[in-house]
Amino acid sequence: MQPTLTIDGKTVVIEGERNLLELIRKANIDLPTFCYHSELSVYGACRLCIVQIEGRGIQGACSTPPEPGLKVQTTTPEIREIRRIAVELLFSERNHVCSVCVSNNHCELQTLAAKLGITNIRYPYSYPKLKADLSHRRYVMDQNRCILCSRCVRTCAEVEGAHVWDIAGRGVQSRLIAELCQPWGTSRNCTDCGKCVQSCPTGALAEKGYAVEEMTKRSEPITRLAAHRGASL
Amino acid sequence: MSKARIATVWLDGCSGCHMSLLDIDEGILAIAAKADLVYGPLVDAQEFPANVDVTLVEGAVSSQDDLKLINKVRKNTRVLVSLGDCAVTANVPAMRNGIPPKALLARIYTKPPTDGVPALLKNALPVHEVVKVDLHVPGCPPKPEAIGFVLGELLEGRKPDLAGKVKFG
Repeated sequence: MQPTLTIDGKTVVIEGERNLLELIRKANIDLPTFCYHSELSVYGACRLCIVQIEGRGIQGACSTPPEPGLKVQTTTPEIREIRRIAVELLFSERNHVCSVCVSNNHCELQTLAAKLGITNIRYPYSYPKLKADLSHRRYVMDQNRCILCSRCVRTCAEVEGAHVWDIAGRGVQSRLIAELCQPWGTSRNCTDCGKCVQSCPTGALAEKGYAVEEMTKRSEPITRLAAHRGASL
Repeated sequence: MSKARIATVWLDGCSGCHMSLLDIDEGILAIAAKADLVYGPLVDAQEFPANVDVTLVEGAVSSQDDLKLINKVRKNTRVLVSLGDCAVTANVPAMRNGIPPKALLARIYTKPPTDGVPALLKNALPVHEVVKVDLHVPGCPPKPEAIGFVLGELLEGRKPDLAGKVKFG
């Protein structure tokens, strides 16, 4: 007999999935994520894919391996509220001004907020003083719009193999940095490939020369390239 | 039945939300049949009146005048609606936050104006950080259909369900 577990009361067969999130998506249940990418290492930072596991409490689906017999609930009033809080805190932590952002109307943070029915942020905005790094010839990095999902960090390290990006500091002092906190444009490792830009869910990484609403991202080529890692060319 | 009393207020914003309100086109006729506009940039009243049923507030709370007005609005309004991103999130006006007002004015003006202009607050604030807000309608600006829907529902005595109708930006 095949190993199974239940998701929202539905029996789902475990077929070598690496984590609960894969199983949940296989069962056609929509779970929001920012930091998760199917072809990158699991990071578990955004806390949006949290699920209720009977006897274990609330855990991140992306970083929980599937085990036979688990009883998983993907949406409860408590989980819905925690997700909402997580997204609201992202908005209050940096300076997200959707109306003047290159990624307006193409932003995962903005889209998810609308989907979760968020019409205002209940926490005081922190208005941090943050800079944009304009030193790269082709791209811009704006800390004001970064949600620290680290998709760019992992895409650069694991797909492009350049490892230009990292996250420095802790807690609210966490910052995306290029090299050892040098201007992006001075990086010797950066290949100008732009995969980080395409992987970014918000307007934090964007191509130069785009105005408000003009920046759209294509993450599909990253998924395709990542699947070919290790293949002989 | 007596008509409902609606007011609109323009704080620190670009007036785009008021433009969007006007863009509800003939929808305004249905609203006008049920309500009077008693205060706002679109009418002549000089003082914010007492006994207002619904006030739509556009803009962030950014100056001493804004602060005085929003407190009066709250006191005299039954349902206070934050209309648009500046009222809901402080939006573009908040991009000055973190820069001391004095330094800000010195950077913009060779001789900062002092007469007839209200003093700036340290930060531009979303309305709900200053007074209690009953309904948030984000958008820059909110779509005319969303504004028409909100007014229609409120005039029917219902709380508008904005799911799928609004977004930031």
